[in-house]
Amino acid sequence: MKKLLTLSRALFLGFVRDRGSLFFAIFFPLMFLVLFGGVFNFGSSKVAVVEVGEVPILSAQVEKQYHDALTLKHYTDLGKALDAVRKGDYVAAVEQRGGTIVAHYTKTDAVRAGTAQGILGSIVGEQNQRATGSPPKYQLTFSAVEDKSLKQIQYVLPGLLGWAVATSGTFGAAMSLVLWRRSKLLRRLQLAPVPTGIVVTARVLVSLGIALIQTAIFIGLGKLAFGLKLTADWWMAIPIVVAATLAFLSIGLLAGAIAKTEEATVALVNVIVLPMAFLSGSFIPLDSAPSWIRTISTVLPLTHANNGMLDTMVRGESWTVGLPQIGILLGFAVVITAIATRFFQWDAN
Amino acid sequence: MGIISVQGIRKTYGDLCAVDGVDLDVADAEFFGILGPNGAGKTTLLEIIEGLRIPDSGSVSVLGMSPWPRSEALTRRIGVQLQASSFFERLTAREQLRTFAALYDLSNARADEMLDVVGLTDKANTRTEKLSGGQAQRLSIACSLVHDPDVVFLDEPTGALDPQARRNLWDLLREINKGGKTVVLTTHYMDEAEALCDRVAIMDHGKVLKLDAPVNLVRDLDAPTRISVERRVLSPDQAAAVAGVDSVDDQAGSLVLQTKQPAHVLAALANANALDGLQVRGATLEDVFLSLTGREYRA
Repeated sequence: MKKLLTLSRALFLGFVRDRGSLFFAIFFPLMFLVLFGGVFNFGSSKVAVVEVGEVPILSAQVEKQYHDALTLKHYTDLGKALDAVRKGDYVAAVEQRGGTIVAHYTKTDAVRAGTAQGILGSIVGEQNQRATGSPPKYQLTFSAVEDKSLKQIQYVLPGLLGWAVATSGTFGAAMSLVLWRRSKLLRRLQLAPVPTGIVVTARVLVSLGIALIQTAIFIGLGKLAFGLKLTADWWMAIPIVVAATLAFLSIGLLAGAIAKTEEATVALVNVIVLPMAFLSGSFIPLDSAPSWIRTISTVLPLTHANNGMLDTMVRGESWTVGLPQIGILLGFAVVITAIATRFFQWDAN
Repeated sequence: MGIISVQGIRKTYGDLCAVDGVDLDVADAEFFGILGPNGAGKTTLLEIIEGLRIPDSGSVSVLGMSPWPRSEALTRRIGVQLQASSFFERLTAREQLRTFAALYDLSNARADEMLDVVGLTDKANTRTEKLSGGQAQRLSIACSLVHDPDVVFLDEPTGALDPQARRNLWDLLREINKGGKTVVLTTHYMDEAEALCDRVAIMDHGKVLKLDAPVNLVRDLDAPTRISVERRVLSPDQAAAVAGVDSVDDQAGSLVLQTKQPAHVLAALANANALDGLQVRGATLEDVFLSLTGREYRA
């Protein structure tokens, strides 16, 4: 027991004293969290439109009614207004020529132009209907399924946490194996009165500790700084992170068994983890991805970690929903570890 | 029967025969050297004796036990130093040694005592990556000695050290041996083997070519003595005319005379008052080594 603690302590000190791995395990993913969860949130769906001269239908009342979706700016000169649209300062410039409303837009931002067209279309339709003097027969309102206070952070945090855990777990196992093989520390430990199982357990414990620290930092910062709202069974994220870490350690073990040098290890782990993060929806949701990508994603452990965490942390699903995911992650860990031991070598030559 | 007994060890990797039938015995408290060029099979032989590799055939006994399968009873009585950098990453010298001490169920106090023995107390808080080559070697040796083993194995302990660090380490190794421990080291430095070892096994191509005390190996070689004097006190022709001189070599301002009758030649030179810049060199282990292994370059 004392030997296990001693080895774990040595490994943990080695981790926290390595600025590079600290950066990639904690600060780098947090930067992405700030980027996705914070900055992109400000890019709201509001569209800025220029009113050129007098456009009576864009009355103060209409402006108030649509203030969630539309901001209005007034220009008197059409040429200047078109320039501003061209430069991307505004989505559209609206002028009225008798009974015709003309909206000038730029094709460079098709999504926003589409939004502007939709809003302007409904304003015009509403005004037409009002001009007939009879009350509207149908009305359309939109309502999001989720709580209105739900923010982007809810959806990016679990995926980014999954990516952070994948990076540090995979690197941890691969680097220890390669460095210790090259420095002959593996052999040295073999000749010390300490069972190999204790050495492996120490490595696993330290990686689990690092993963739980990452989880605590992500959830804590998410709640404090980004208004993260957790649902009832959010704690299920902890066993999911544990199972996921075991799966990533097994990948690291395989990478470390194959790679010979430190440089090769870094390259190999990046080649595995980065595409996996993209293909498992850590950065961007896969809902609209082609079906073949979604097929690939089902064999990636990170997909199951991400889905399990999304379901239980923010979608309000019961903790039992995470159980199959944990099963898949553990199964993955067992299979990959078995493959890795076939490639395992004590010596560098 | 020695502390270490190696019989008929053979180990091949593919079609490379790394160790090709080695027999040797090491006595209690002996300082034993395995000498050979790179790729001679020294490290493989040492790792077989330590129990890290299992030979294709032959047997080894260390302290009356077989090194394989691994037994805790034996690992507690042997100390191994495989490479200067077999350390945990980013630990200080003291933490490193305390970690190894804990693996042998020893106290921190014992680790700190060992740090003092190898003269690294003032480097206790320095990370191992920041230690000089000599300091790292001494720490590495401290790690292998922390549990006070009876037998110590050192693989090229002075590998990439500067002359001062090497001498310093030699003193440490002599102390360890004087303390009653059996020391087995591999090296490709002849002066090291000559300065430290009671007996030396000269290895090449996986075989032990000679095994004896360095003094005996040199004597048996019956190599000529090389006498050099300043070029201006003697012409090459005069030198060649001295009785007993076998050959004369004109080298950068000095004449080198080879002879098997050094007393005779020295007397003749003294008579001719031609002793300016006199240097006399007998054969060294290096000559023995080169005569056994040849002079062709190997990577």
